[in-house]
Amino acid sequence: MPIDKDTVKYTAHLARIDLGDKELEKLSTQLHGILDFIDKLSKLDVKDVPPTSHILPINTVLRPDEPRVSLPVEKVLANAPSREANFFVVPKVIE
Amino acid sequence: MNLNTLTAHELLEKLKNKKTTSQEIISSLYTRIKEVDSKVKAYVRLNQGQPPLCASENALTGTVPVTIKDNISTEGLNTECCSKILEGFKPPYDATVIRKLKSSGVTIFDLKANMDEFAFGSSTENSFFGPTHNPWDLECVPGGSSGGSAACVASDEAIWALGSDTGGSIRQPASFCGVVGLKPTYGRVSRYGLIAFASSLDQIGPLTKDVEDSALLMNIISGFDPMDSTSADFPVPDYTRSLGLDLKGIKVGIPKEYFVEGMDPEVKEIIEEAISKLKSLGAECKDVSLPHTEYAVPVYYIIATAEASSNLARFDGVQYGFRTKEKIQNLIDMYKLTRGAGFGEEAKRRIILGTFALSHGYYDAYYLRALKVRTLIKQDFDRVFMDFDCIVTPTSPTPAFKIGERTADPLKMYLSDIYTISVNLAGLPGISIPCGFTKKGLPAGLQILAKPFAEETLFRAAHAYEQDTEWHKMKPKL
Amino acid sequence: MDYEVVIGLEVHLQLKTKTKAFCGCSTEFGKGPNSQVCPVCLGFPGSLPVFNKTALDYAIKVALALNCKIQEYTKFDRKNYFYPDLPKAFQISQYDLPLSRGGFIDIEVNAAAKRIGITRVHMEEDAGKLIHQENSSLVDYNRTGIPLLEIVSEPDMRSSEEAYEYLMSLKSIIEYLDVSDCDMEKGSLRCDANISLRESGAKEFGTKAELKNMNSFKAVKDALNFEITRQAQALDNAERIIQETRLWDERSQQTFTMRTKEEAQDYRYFPEPDLPPFIISGIKVEEIRGDICELPHEKMLRFMKEFGLSEYDANILVASKKDAEFAEELMRLYPDGNKKPIVNWLIGPVAAVASSNSVCIHQLVIPGGKGELIKLVKSAEDGKISNLTAKSVFNKSISCGATSSDIIERENLSQVSDADSLIPIVDEAIKDNPKFVNDYKAGKTNVIMALVGQVMKKSGGKANPNVVQELLKRRLKNA
Repeated sequence: MPIDKDTVKYTAHLARIDLGDKELEKLSTQLHGILDFIDKLSKLDVKDVPPTSHILPINTVLRPDEPRVSLPVEKVLANAPSREANFFVVPKVIE
Repeated sequence: MNLNTLTAHELLEKLKNKKTTSQEIISSLYTRIKEVDSKVKAYVRLNQGQPPLCASENALTGTVPVTIKDNISTEGLNTECCSKILEGFKPPYDATVIRKLKSSGVTIFDLKANMDEFAFGSSTENSFFGPTHNPWDLECVPGGSSGGSAACVASDEAIWALGSDTGGSIRQPASFCGVVGLKPTYGRVSRYGLIAFASSLDQIGPLTKDVEDSALLMNIISGFDPMDSTSADFPVPDYTRSLGLDLKGIKVGIPKEYFVEGMDPEVKEIIEEAISKLKSLGAECKDVSLPHTEYAVPVYYIIATAEASSNLARFDGVQYGFRTKEKIQNLIDMYKLTRGAGFGEEAKRRIILGTFALSHGYYDAYYLRALKVRTLIKQDFDRVFMDFDCIVTPTSPTPAFKIGERTADPLKMYLSDIYTISVNLAGLPGISIPCGFTKKGLPAGLQILAKPFAEETLFRAAHAYEQDTEWHKMKPKL
Repeated sequence: MDYEVVIGLEVHLQLKTKTKAFCGCSTEFGKGPNSQVCPVCLGFPGSLPVFNKTALDYAIKVALALNCKIQEYTKFDRKNYFYPDLPKAFQISQYDLPLSRGGFIDIEVNAAAKRIGITRVHMEEDAGKLIHQENSSLVDYNRTGIPLLEIVSEPDMRSSEEAYEYLMSLKSIIEYLDVSDCDMEKGSLRCDANISLRESGAKEFGTKAELKNMNSFKAVKDALNFEITRQAQALDNAERIIQETRLWDERSQQTFTMRTKEEAQDYRYFPEPDLPPFIISGIKVEEIRGDICELPHEKMLRFMKEFGLSEYDANILVASKKDAEFAEELMRLYPDGNKKPIVNWLIGPVAAVASSNSVCIHQLVIPGGKGELIKLVKSAEDGKISNLTAKSVFNKSISCGATSSDIIERENLSQVSDADSLIPIVDEAIKDNPKFVNDYKAGKTNVIMALVGQVMKKSGGKANPNVVQELLKRRLKNA
């Protein structure tokens, strides 16, 4: 199944990645080629095959409802590109 | 003799007998790094080096330092996945493997090993800091994504190292650099603190000068972790007890699908000789079939990129790392410009591919279908392992290629992983050990696979082969 | 045009576990910003989730109480989208294999019983909090990772009253289970509504609007009422209803279109690879079912049967679990088979006193214990003290700490009911009020109450008014 430039552009938007025009052009060609290669999977009959989303045969992993020490707030914000008091700051979110 | 050229087990012996100290070992590493790293470039951010974090003197292994790949979280030490988008990031916590190493007395070396950005690559050419060069031929790649880890062990700039493997990222660079690289069974080693690429495929593993060091390091890092829901609650044996055994009665399967067109003829010859050696050591080798082998690469590039697109969505400039300095009107601009400028080309390619595979209308045809074919690939291995103890293959169809040789065509690069990828999809353990050199002096690697949680079989077979050869003793001329 | 209203409600409930869904951070409300966070709930690179056992138990409990079928094999999925209060840029939620499906709640509206279906109850994690400023927004992640249950109803409600009753019943059940604070002000219970109109008798659903930002049950009702009017008017004018999200504005009492709402979000759901699936055995389900106490509806039916209560009264008494237990104890202690007197007291004066003291009725400290209240109610019932006096004694007892028995004795408040003591006062009242007597004889029988009032005044309020009325009638007949 081929992929066209518009789809790549929309997908980049879904992924919140800004692409320049040249980049978009190059990427679309490359992705088209990759998806073409990936298309060999469509030849297989997988109708009755169950999907594997977890390779390890374990289930129901739980932990007790017991409190642990949280991170000190200075460590939480130590890497923040922008902070105000003990908050992270982001550009205004329009509602 | 320089301390940095020794193995961990040799140094441990010396430390025990008080013939050396941890400071001396570290000094000799720094000397070596000053000597050769400007050529090899195995390490990153050298100018930001901090004094190494020393563990307690009286712990078990007595402070042999270990080099860590740049995607494993080390508290207070920059961990950037060799990406611009994580520039300056100092994690506020240690990965579980780091905690385990520290409590075993192993020093965490202060310099981190180079890698393909976010582990996306097979050559370490996608690093924000530029490529690492193969110590055996500086014009060649060291493999990837754990190219830095493999190269520094090969060049004696490290005693031993940790890497991560999602589709071959420990084993393939190990084979390109002539060192031992092991990917544990999925769930054997905790992923807590490993900056995730593909959650259902990633594992942390050792890169070492010989098999004994690999067993020692696995003893320390393996085991159940309550912080990782996908870690297995099975006991960890003493892997060193699998060393020094013979191969009598070991049944080895050789999959015919791994010996097809496109394989380098020199590598083919080297591997065939290695298989003969295994036979001479008592192994029973027979042809087997893994019929869905050809579908492994496409399946991987859907599942891994889909999971990666989700795992990397958190890199948005809000809490850590790079945030765009351009003038922004609103939040969406901040996300788009940060991620557009912060991610390298391969990262963007994979994220968009993965996003596409999960998107509305394409999920069934791509992601769901890939999960089903993954089942078929796993079943291939299950069937073979009913009658065989190991599977043996080449680690890579070719030796190390030249820097820049495959960067123009991503698909060509993806196909470098053709022998290692199925192993992650099936969750199996696999080790690559040096088994020869091409005429141009480039190493080749033999890959041995075993059933889930049967790392002991890997160590047994690998050690028996290694001790009957001299490959592991050879060093590149730098 | 006659329209049928179709309403479905989506409730998000915070579970009151001690720690978050996937990490050990505390869930306590109201702490300093970013003080209850860790690498896991912050979504720091390399962190991994591990699910809270109690959250799972609570979730199963709620699903069972709502009559849902528990899914034996259930898993988490990632819901991917970008927003600053979502640190991982995905929410761990459930998509195609939710914990439970196919339940119901029975409600009563205008004395008619109705069953509201519940489509599903599933588990997910909460997001952080944003504080909007002039040119930026501040982010606090304390709330991130608190375990949530999403309870989705079938579009079975046909009026805002039904929606309101559904929420009241749901809240009551959850409070009985003690798994959530259900506090809309603190955000531990949130409600979104979907509403559409269709012509009466039509089979197809109309276009729905999604309503958000209602901060109380009343707001939900008001918002729905506003929408019903708005949509009806639009349809009357042959305007198209747009499928959209509208925000309720409490101040102006209107709904408004949400401005920058993107085209339908593509959440790219896929199974959460960091969490293996969950297998919930039948044994586990039965174990948790056994843990569930008697729920409000059952208790109401039992009160009606066991204590002869009317549905109306029983409904009021069971609204809160602890209060219901308190009421039951009192009903058992009350000696007569007819429990109406004590029930009336509980619903009336006792509730009023509790409310003015800002406590629940079960929290009232009754001097001398519950026995004193029983004695008081019985005395009033037997005519030994007037109802009015009894109420004032009770109030006084609560506020000053003396037992009601002591107060009655001290202030000599026993009601006088014997004819011999009362006849002289009755005769005096007749003598002193000739106008009332003449009016009564002339046929204005109501005027007898004025005479009763006079007797009450003369007796300092202690006469039994019923007895007084009888005596007056007798005396006036002969006068």
